Amino acid sequence: MQLVLEKRPENSALAAVASPLVAIALSLITMAVMFAALGKNPITSLGVYFLDPLTDSYSLGELVVKATPLVMIGIGLSFCYIANIWNIGAEGQFLIGAVAGSWLAVRTNGTGVGPWVFPAMLVLGAVGGALYALIPALCRVRFGASEILTSLMLVYIANFFMDYLVRGPWRDPHGLNFPTTADFDPVATVPILIPGSRVHAGALIALLVVGLGAVLLGRTIMGFEVRLLGAAPKAARFSGFDPDKLVLLTFAISGALAGLAGIIEVAGPVGHLQPDFSPGYGFTAIIVAFLGRLNPVGILIAGLFLALTFIGGENAEIAIKVPLDLTKVFQGVLLFYVLACDSLIIYRIRLLRTRQSRELAHV
Amino acid sequence: MKYRTLIMAAVVALASALPLGVAGVGALAADKLKVGLIYLGPIGDFGWTYQHEVGRQALVKALGDKVETTYLENVNEGPDSERAIEQLARAGNRLIFTTSFGYMDPTIKVASRYPNDFFEHATGFKRAKNVSTYAGRWYEARYIQGVIAAKMSKTGILGYIVSFPIPEVVSGINATMLGAQSVNPNIKVKIIWVNTWFDPGKEADAAKALADQKADVLMQHTDSPAAMQIAAQRNILAFGQDSDMIKFGPKSQLTAIVDNWGPYYIKRANDVLNGTWKSTDTWGGLGSDLVVMAPYTNMPDDVKALAMKTEAAIKAGTLHPFKCPVVTQDGQTVECKGGSHLSDEQILSMNFYVKGVDDKIPGK
Amino acid sequence: MFESLLEIGKLVFSVSFILTVITASTPLLIAGAGELVAERSGVLNLGVEGMMIMGAACGFAGAYMSGSIAIGAACGVLAGAASSAIFAALTLGLAVNQVAAGLALTIFGTGLSGLIGRGFVGARIAPAPKLDVPILSDLPGIGPILFGQDAFVYLSIALIVGIWFFLYRTRSGLVLRAVGDNHASAHALGYPVLRIRLLAVLFGGACAGLAGAFLPLAYTPFFIPGMTAGRGWIAVALVVFASWRPGRLVGGAYLFGAVTFLQLSVQALGLGIPPQLMSSLPYLATVVVLVLISAKRGTAGLAAPASLGLVFVPDR
Repeated sequence: MQLVLEKRPENSALAAVASPLVAIALSLITMAVMFAALGKNPITSLGVYFLDPLTDSYSLGELVVKATPLVMIGIGLSFCYIANIWNIGAEGQFLIGAVAGSWLAVRTNGTGVGPWVFPAMLVLGAVGGALYALIPALCRVRFGASEILTSLMLVYIANFFMDYLVRGPWRDPHGLNFPTTADFDPVATVPILIPGSRVHAGALIALLVVGLGAVLLGRTIMGFEVRLLGAAPKAARFSGFDPDKLVLLTFAISGALAGLAGIIEVAGPVGHLQPDFSPGYGFTAIIVAFLGRLNPVGILIAGLFLALTFIGGENAEIAIKVPLDLTKVFQGVLLFYVLACDSLIIYRIRLLRTRQSRELAHV
Repeated sequence: MKYRTLIMAAVVALASALPLGVAGVGALAADKLKVGLIYLGPIGDFGWTYQHEVGRQALVKALGDKVETTYLENVNEGPDSERAIEQLARAGNRLIFTTSFGYMDPTIKVASRYPNDFFEHATGFKRAKNVSTYAGRWYEARYIQGVIAAKMSKTGILGYIVSFPIPEVVSGINATMLGAQSVNPNIKVKIIWVNTWFDPGKEADAAKALADQKADVLMQHTDSPAAMQIAAQRNILAFGQDSDMIKFGPKSQLTAIVDNWGPYYIKRANDVLNGTWKSTDTWGGLGSDLVVMAPYTNMPDDVKALAMKTEAAIKAGTLHPFKCPVVTQDGQTVECKGGSHLSDEQILSMNFYVKGVDDKIPGK
Repeated sequence: MFESLLEIGKLVFSVSFILTVITASTPLLIAGAGELVAERSGVLNLGVEGMMIMGAACGFAGAYMSGSIAIGAACGVLAGAASSAIFAALTLGLAVNQVAAGLALTIFGTGLSGLIGRGFVGARIAPAPKLDVPILSDLPGIGPILFGQDAFVYLSIALIVGIWFFLYRTRSGLVLRAVGDNHASAHALGYPVLRIRLLAVLFGGACAGLAGAFLPLAYTPFFIPGMTAGRGWIAVALVVFASWRPGRLVGGAYLFGAVTFLQLSVQALGLGIPPQLMSSLPYLATVVVLVLISAKRGTAGLAAPASLGLVFVPDR
C-alpha cells in the first residue's frame, strides 16, 4: 500500500475555493490544541486572536497600516518568484529605498520647502530600491552568481550602511547625539487618510500597486514572458525571449516596490529614519507573496490576513498572557497548511495497492 | 532579533517648556491598577529586558492584589511600537512603562490620546503632563569599575565590548577611563563594536580578540554573559552587565552593574494608587538604588575597600565621575557647564572621548 | 600604514586567532554540510535557521536536564531532523514550493524554540570538553589547533570528509548527484528520487540541529532565544558560495569566520576604521569572492544542481 501524489489533469476548481478555508480551519484547530496545551481556553483565545481585531475601528486601521508595506513588497516579489528568480533581498531594497527617500527629507529639513518634496521622496525611494536590486540581478546576468546569496548578503550591507548614516552624517543635530534623523517636516510626511487613525496614503498606493500588478502580469507581454519563464523555461528561451532582460526587469520592479514601501513606512508611521525601524517586512513579505499564491489579489488578502495574525498575537499577549513566540509558531503552522492545501489544487493523493505501485515503479 | 539599550534623561530645555502639572486624577478606587510594560527584547535575554521583567515581578510581589501587570515583548521600535503602547492603553492599563529609547515618540503620541493615563519612558528625554522619564546614572558605576580595573590589571590594558555608539555607551567608556586613570594615568583601553545587541557568539569572539591582545580586565555594554564566560575560560577578570553574572564567572567577576528597576516601579505604581503621580524625570544613580553594584568579589581587600570608598563618595556627592576639568582626546578642555562637574545635559549627549582613549567614535 | 599591516599580520597568524576562527566557523560548516547534501539532491531548504535554533533550544534543554553534552547534542540532532521532516512532508510529499516551505519552517522553528527555551533563562552548563592528548595537545602551535578541540570541531571535519567521500566515491553519492542534476532521468532509470531526497533532507536537518546545538553546548554555554543570530542564513549562502562542493565549503566557512573575527580584532587594534564598514566586510567579501569565482567560469557557470528547487512529481 502506498500513498502517491499525482498531477490532476486540470486544476481542481473545488480545491481552489476550499483550500484556503480548509487550511484556515486546520490552523484554527491546531491553534486551539496549542492553547489548550498552554492551559488557556481555546475558544476565547481564538476569538482574541481573530475576532477582536476585526471588531473595532482602531484595530482595523492598524491592520491596514501593517499590511500596506507587506502587500507592496509582496507584489514586487511575485514578479520574481513567478519566474523562479529568487530575490531574497527585499529587506535590503526596502531599507535602501527608505534611505534614498530620506536623503531628500533630511536635506530639505526645516527649509520650508514646497509639497513637491513628498512625491520626489517617493520617486527616490523607488529608484533607490530598484538600483539596489539590480546589483544581485547584474551579478547573476553578467557573472552567473546566484542571486540567492548576493541578494541576501546585500541585506546585511544595507543595514550597516543605514546604521552608519543615521549615527553619523544624518544624525539630528538637536537630538542629543542619538541615532535618529530629525523628524521629517510635515510636508515630507505621508498624509493621513482617516483622521484619528494611522491609516495613511500608502494604503491607496498599495491598492494601486495591486491593480498595476494585476495588469502588468495579466495583460502585458512582459507579464506573459515572466509567467512563461516560470512555467516552461525552455519554451521561453525557444520563443526568443531574453531571460537575462527579464531577470533585470523583475529585480528592478521588485526593488522599486520594496524601496517605495520603505520610504512610505519611514515618512509615514515612523516619521524619521532610525536604525531598526523595520520589523523584517522584507522577509515577511516573502511569505505574503506565497500565501497569496503569487497573485496580486491573493497577495492583498494574504497581507491583510498575516497582519491580522500579528495584531491578534499582540492582543493575545495582553488579554490572555500568551507569549509572542506562539504567534510565530502559529504563522508557521498556518503557512504549512495553506501550502499543503494549495498543493491539492494541482495534485491529488491516491492510495495504490502494492502490486499496482510496484508495476508503476517500473514504468 | 536585535535590540538596544539606550538611555537618556532630562533635557533642561524641554523641562522648562513643559508644565509640570499634577497629573493624578484622584486616587483610584479599590479596583486593581493595571500596569503595562513594553519590552524591546525577549525576557529570556538575561540582560536589559530580563532586568525590567525582574522589576515587574518585584512590583507584583510588593503590591499583590492591588496590581495586575501585562507585558509585550520583542516590540520593534518602529511603527509597531505605537500600536503596542496603544493596545495596552486600550486594554485598560493606566500605568505604562516603555523600556527603550526608540519608543520615545510613540509614547508621546499615545500619551496625548490618553490624558488620564500615566506613561513612563525609559532612557528618553521628551516628557509631557502624563509622561515621565527614567533612567540610571550608569556612568557612576562605570567609574567605580574603572578604578577597580586599573587596580587589578597587570597588563594595563582594559578590554571594552560595546554594541552601538550612543551617548550612554560613550559616557560609560569615558567614566571607566576616568576612574581607571585616577589609579593609573597610563591605562589603555581597547574597544570593540560588535554592532549587534544580540549575538552571544560575537560577544564571545570579541572577548577572545581582546584577551588575545593582552586585555586582562573585560567590561561590556552588551547583554549576554558570553564575555564573562570567556573571561572565566582565559582566567582573566571581567565585569557583568545588567544583571549579576557571577554564576558565569565565579572566579572572574569583579562586580556587575545591576539595573534595579523594582523599587522605581513600585514607587510609581503607589503614586498612581495614591493619586500623587506627577510627571518627573528620574535619573537615579547609586544613591537612589536604581543602579546597584553586585557584591565585590575576586579582589584583594584593599581594592575592595577602595571600591566601596569610591562608591560611598559618589553616593554622598563628594565625588563626581565627570568632575572638571575634562579633557577630550584632542586635548581640548570641555566647557564645564555644571559647576564643578559636567552638566547632566552634557553627559546625556556625550559625543567625545576623553584623553587616553585610542579609538574614534564611529560615525563622527 | 605598514605598521598597521604588520600588526594585522601578527594577529592573523597567531594560534589563538586560528583557534577562535575554527570555533566560529564550525556551526557554519556543519549546517552548510548538511544543506549541501540536501541541495545536491535537488532540494533547496531555506529553513536552516529555524532548524538550527530548534537544535540550539532542544540541545541545551537536553544537556541541561541530563547533565550530558552527548545527550544534548543528540537532542539537537533529533530536533533538527524532526523539523526537516515537516519540510520534507510538504515539499516531497505534497510538491509544495520549497522556498515558501523553507521560510515557513524558519518562522515556525524560531517561535517553537522560543517556547521551549523559556524555561532556561540564566541556566548554564559546563561546556563541551576539549580534547586533551598527553603530549600532542601541548605542542606549541599545532598542539591546541589539531589536538585540543572539542568533539564538534572534529565531527565537522569528519562530516565534510565523509560527505566528500560519499558524494564522489560511492555509488549512492553518484545517484544522489544524478537525482539533483536531472530528476526526470534518474526516475526513468528507476531510482527512488523522492526517497533519496527525503534522506538527504533529513540528513540536512540533522546537521543543522547539530550545528545549532554547538552554540549553547560549546561556544557560549547558555541559551538565549535567537542566539543563532542568522547563522543559518549564512550557511545557506555558503553552500552557494562553495558551488556545492564540500572542499570549497570548508574554505568558505573558514573564510567567513576569519573575516568576521578579523574585523573584531582589527577594531581592538584601534586603527580607526568605521565599525559598520568592518561589520559589513564578511558579507562584502562573500559576494565579491563569489562574483570572481563565477566570472572565471563564465556566464554559463551556475554550478547549481540543475534540478535544485524544482518540484518533482513522478509521472504515472
